[in-house]
Formats: sequence, C-alpha cells, structure tokens
Amino acid sequence: MGKFNKNSSSRELPTISTASLPDIIFMLLFFFMATTQMKEVDFKVSIKEPKATELEALEKKNLVRFIYVGTPTDKYRGVYGSETRVQLDDAFADVSQIEDYIVAQRAAMNEYEQSLLTVALRVDEDAKMGIVTDIKQALRRAYALKINYVSRQRDNSQAF
Amino acid sequence: MSRNKRRVPEINSSSMADISFLLLIFFLVTTTMVVNKGLARRLPPPIPPDQKTEDLKVKERNVLVVLLNSDNQLMVQREYISVTELRKKAKEFIVNANNAQDMPEKKAEEVQFFGEIPLTRDHVISLQNDRTTSYKAYIEVQNELIAAYNELREELAKSKFGVSYAELDDDRKTAIQYIYPQKISEAEPKNYGGNK
Repeated sequence: MGKFNKNSSSRELPTISTASLPDIIFMLLFFFMATTQMKEVDFKVSIKEPKATELEALEKKNLVRFIYVGTPTDKYRGVYGSETRVQLDDAFADVSQIEDYIVAQRAAMNEYEQSLLTVALRVDEDAKMGIVTDIKQALRRAYALKINYVSRQRDNSQAF
Repeated sequence: MSRNKRRVPEINSSSMADISFLLLIFFLVTTTMVVNKGLARRLPPPIPPDQKTEDLKVKERNVLVVLLNSDNQLMVQREYISVTELRKKAKEFIVNANNAQDMPEKKAEEVQFFGEIPLTRDHVISLQNDRTTSYKAYIEVQNELIAAYNELREELAKSKFGVSYAELDDDRKTAIQYIYPQKISEAEPKNYGGNK
C-alpha cells in the first residue's frame, strides 16, 4: 500500500520496438510497385474522360501512344488560353503535327510491332467533335488505324 | 581464446525505415493506379487523293442512319430519339427478326456450327456528327452501338452454346462475329446544320 507513485520520476516507459517498421514499409512499397504504373507524362491539359460501359483494357504499354486533348490547366491558361488544345508527350502541339509524330513514333518501334500500334485518344468530355475529327483524319493519313477512345467505367444501372 | 568472445558489432538499422519510407514516397508520387480502358475502334484507311469518291451502292433499307447534331440531339432514321433508346433500335435493325421491308436484307449463308441461316451481313450503321457535337455525346452513341453488337453476340452465344461469348474458343467466336459483324461506318467529315 502506498507504494504507488513511488519513484515515478526514475521509472521509464518501455520503448516500443521499431525493428519491424522497415518490414512494414517495405511491404507497402512492394504493394505500390506491383499495383501502379509509371505516369506517362505530366498533364498540361485537364481531361475528364467520358463514361462508357463497353470498355476494353489497353494492354501492352509499349504499343500504345497517347494523344491528349483538353483545355490547358490553370498554370498554362495564361499563355495558351482556354481553347481546347492537343498535347503530345510533354508539350502542346498542333493538330498538323500529329501525323509526323505518329510516323516518327512508329519508326522508332520494332518492325514487327509497327502494325500493332494503337493510338489512345484521351479527350475531355466537353471537347467538340471538330478537333477530334481533325485528329482522326490525321491518324488516317498516318495509317494509324487502331484507335481507342479512353473512357471511364460507368455502372450499367446508372442513368445517363 | 579471447577471439571467441569478440562479437560482431550490430549494424544499426534504425535508418532503414527512413530509407524505405523515402522509396515508398517516391513510388507514390511517380506512379498512377489507373489502368487505361476505352472503346476500341478502327478507322477506315485514307482515300487516295487521285481516287474519285464513288458513292458505294448500298440499298437504302440496309443503312441505319444515325445523326448527331450540334445540339447533341440524336436522329435515327429521321426520328428524334434519346440515347437510351438507341441500343434497342440498333439491335432490332441488325437482327431484323420479322424480315421487315425497311430493315436489312437477309441472305441465307452457311456458317460453321450454325448451318445455313439467314444473315443481315449487308447492313451498315452510318454515324454522322457535326463539328460542334460534344465528344461526350459522341462517345455515348458509340458506346450504345458497340453495346448493341456485344449484347447480340452474347445472346447468340448463350442460346447456341450455353456459355458467355467471352468464354468461347476462337472458332466459335469467329462464327458469331461472322453472323454479327460490327459495321459502324463514319461518314467523311462534313458540316451538318451547324453554325460554326
């Protein structure tokens, strides 16, 4: 009795062992390494893809080239305005550059893979079809006929 | 003798957590979770400049005209409809169950696994849009048309083979694809009733 609080100043709390912390973090690290992919580019245009149900996954990253279409992000709006713009790789581009870009990209691929090239169009849902039609025409001229309209999954039950 | 008593000094591993944290954060920043998915389509090859654009002779009953104007309104066979009705309309058109006069012609053909059955292989769905049509509306229409074909193929696979279309082997898939070929044609771009 009365022993409580005696010597409380000299008594120390046992330290929590942190020996397993690296293991836990490594586990997290491997999880993220396995489930994620490297970002293709920095976005200079803001894109909200439309929703659709009949989607096919874009497999084989090395066979896919992206064309981004959307309005410039806030950072670039001052210079490039708020009109719908095209982004190829890391830079703004004009529709007239697409043909050359695709031809150059295809030339850089292995010969046996060239016919498998898929062009993925990541287009903002508010974009007008005019620019998309121009891009499609450019792709036809470049003989890049396999295209993919990147979309987000929509639940079937969800109303329009 | 004294050697046996000497111990290897332990490596201090307290900074290990920091290093792995750093790596973790690096991967979090440079990677994305999203797997890109989308509607796969195929563009028609370009028309050579010296070639005269001949109008392909397609009978009127074989064409389902889908128009999408600058106000994102949908017109199918000269009737305004909503996007939700399009899938049903397209399926009716492709199948032509009652052999109606204003729907695609049926020709009997021999197909592997199915024997001789009447097919509407000559049908075309012609999709035309304006330059000011919104991309969202266009994708919705494309999606409904692809969905119509996918549903038809699925139904046929279920009724004939009793399994889902995706589980069929390549021969059977080809047979079904032959019966319901995806024929969505997009017109050469024009300016339809739009004030640009």
